[in-house]
Amino acid sequence: MTDRQSKSSAYWKKNLQTLLFLLAIWFLVSFGFGILLVEPLNAIKIGGYPLGFWFAQQGSIYTFILVIFIYVVRMNRLDREFDVNED
Amino acid sequence: MEILTWTYLLVGLSFALYIGIAIWARAGSTKEFYVAGGGVSPLANGMATAADWMSAASFISMAGLISFAGYDGSVYLMGWTGGYVLLALLLAPYLRKFGKFTVPDFVGDRYYSNKARVVAVICALFISFIYVAGQMRGVGIVFSRYLEVPIEWGVVIGMCIVFFYAVLGGMKGITYTQVAQYCVLIFAYMVPAIFISMQLTGNPIPQLGLGGSLEDGVPLLEKLDGVLADLGFAEYTSGRKGMGDMLMITLALMVGTAGLPHVIVRFFTVPKVKDARLSAGYALIFIAILYTTAPAVAAFGIYNAINSTAEKKLDELPNWIATWEKTNLIQIEDKNADGKVQYLADPKANELTIDKDIMVLASPEIAELPNWVVGLVAAGAMAAALSTAAGLLLVISTSVSRDLFKTFKPDISEKKELQIARLSAAGAVILAGYFGVNPPGFVAEVVAFAFGLAAASFFPVIILGIFSTRINKEGAITGMLVGLVFTIGYISYFKFISPELNTAEYWWWGISPEGIGSIGMIFNFICCYIVSKYTPAPPAHVQELIQEIRIPRGAGKAHDH
Repeated sequence: MTDRQSKSSAYWKKNLQTLLFLLAIWFLVSFGFGILLVEPLNAIKIGGYPLGFWFAQQGSIYTFILVIFIYVVRMNRLDREFDVNED
Repeated sequence: MEILTWTYLLVGLSFALYIGIAIWARAGSTKEFYVAGGGVSPLANGMATAADWMSAASFISMAGLISFAGYDGSVYLMGWTGGYVLLALLLAPYLRKFGKFTVPDFVGDRYYSNKARVVAVICALFISFIYVAGQMRGVGIVFSRYLEVPIEWGVVIGMCIVFFYAVLGGMKGITYTQVAQYCVLIFAYMVPAIFISMQLTGNPIPQLGLGGSLEDGVPLLEKLDGVLADLGFAEYTSGRKGMGDMLMITLALMVGTAGLPHVIVRFFTVPKVKDARLSAGYALIFIAILYTTAPAVAAFGIYNAINSTAEKKLDELPNWIATWEKTNLIQIEDKNADGKVQYLADPKANELTIDKDIMVLASPEIAELPNWVVGLVAAGAMAAALSTAAGLLLVISTSVSRDLFKTFKPDISEKKELQIARLSAAGAVILAGYFGVNPPGFVAEVVAFAFGLAAASFFPVIILGIFSTRINKEGAITGMLVGLVFTIGYISYFKFISPELNTAEYWWWGISPEGIGSIGMIFNFICCYIVSKYTPAPPAHVQELIQEIRIPRGAGKAHDH
């Protein structure tokens, strides 16, 4: 394996780790808090919102935005670290 | 000024703006026509994606859908936003690096097969046609309700506008008109929402107002739960759908969103891989502004509707009821002749029928807002419908001129290709207009098709095409066909062949036709994997292509190889 190849496979591995971590959050707030755990979470109230309902109709969407921006920042850093960035 | 004058004025002004932009942003080359020259900034592309994505259904119908579904309506909210996470993390950056113009381009090259390309083109065309017919219908309905012209004329006027800027400007014209359309539609959606939130809860931010309290100090959602329970309905904040069905519908909508060709193609228009990631983030912010407001509009709407009608005397109802009774969107029938309105879960005793579209369309009148707001909502609904229609028409024309024509006749000149692209866009506008005027009875029914098919056909082969080097053309073609046939079969059976059996009791694994795309997707994944395992690995140049798209460096602007 050449140096370039091993570097790009290390880059890919880091990328996959990032993806798995972020997709776990994506799954947790929507399928987890918004659907599977909605009943127990609804027992907790935040202002006028039952918490499970809040995740299903508000919180999951805010978290999705956060997930994408964490991805953007993290990947830009990875790109530079492995010298595969575009500029 | 009268409502009608305001409406003509605002809709007219917005149309003039779109046409002005179209003339300014004429496409001169195929690259400009297909991907706007590949030079759109991530922010502008995010806004255009949001307008492209939010259709007449999102603008007009979604809030009302949630009003009546309560918690169950969350599937649309999570499904239609969560798909952008998949798009940003799993698709957009890699497809941008790949650097061609369409989804069938990618499928054809990655699976080194024109057969795979043709299957992909057919899926893309089918999905886009289903969608665009609904948009044209939406344009017609808005025209007929607000401008008091017949639906047919509304569709024709809408066709002329879309024709003008989609055919002239291609992706370049569409992108910049969509930016303007986003601004119009989001302003039009927020103004009534903010006022209603203030009136009901004293909080001007609808997202907080939904969790706020009414004048008497009781939280809105708690009050709504109680009111609905008293009338015999399920509580607003708890679900009626099975948990398995909720999961599957949400998944199908998310994956379907990420697999829709008119959304994916937007990420081909930005200059860099980095921009594609960022642009998906911006797009979701712009979408989320509407999608987090919609559940508030939904709850305010149903609360106001019940509050101003239930047990009220027929001659003391507010004015907006009479206005919208004329359009048949509200129907009142005093069955027990007591001179009052009863709104009840029991269909025999219920006297009030409210169409879901009322929650957005009548919101300015319910909140007693000035006449110009009504005109604004009309312009917003029109912007939502036109922007989505234009994006879809582009996919259709690109599929015909590039994926079909150019593949089988690679030596046509660029000028000729551009001509064919324009001609097919024109043909698609006319066909879409025809379906808008004479809607097949099943337009509403087939929306589930679009998402189910995108989920069951495109999504798995694109993902595997990027994340696996082993999946080959045999696997991909089998996978797409199995996913398609299974999903089409299941939906057709329950929607058209035996609609009387369309209840939870007969569904496989308790999954409704709306959610079956998830299962089609799983079958697609499994077939791809198994068939590829027993057939030869992709050739070396494809392996290189995969390694190439995984790394950002070296992405030129979208180009023709």
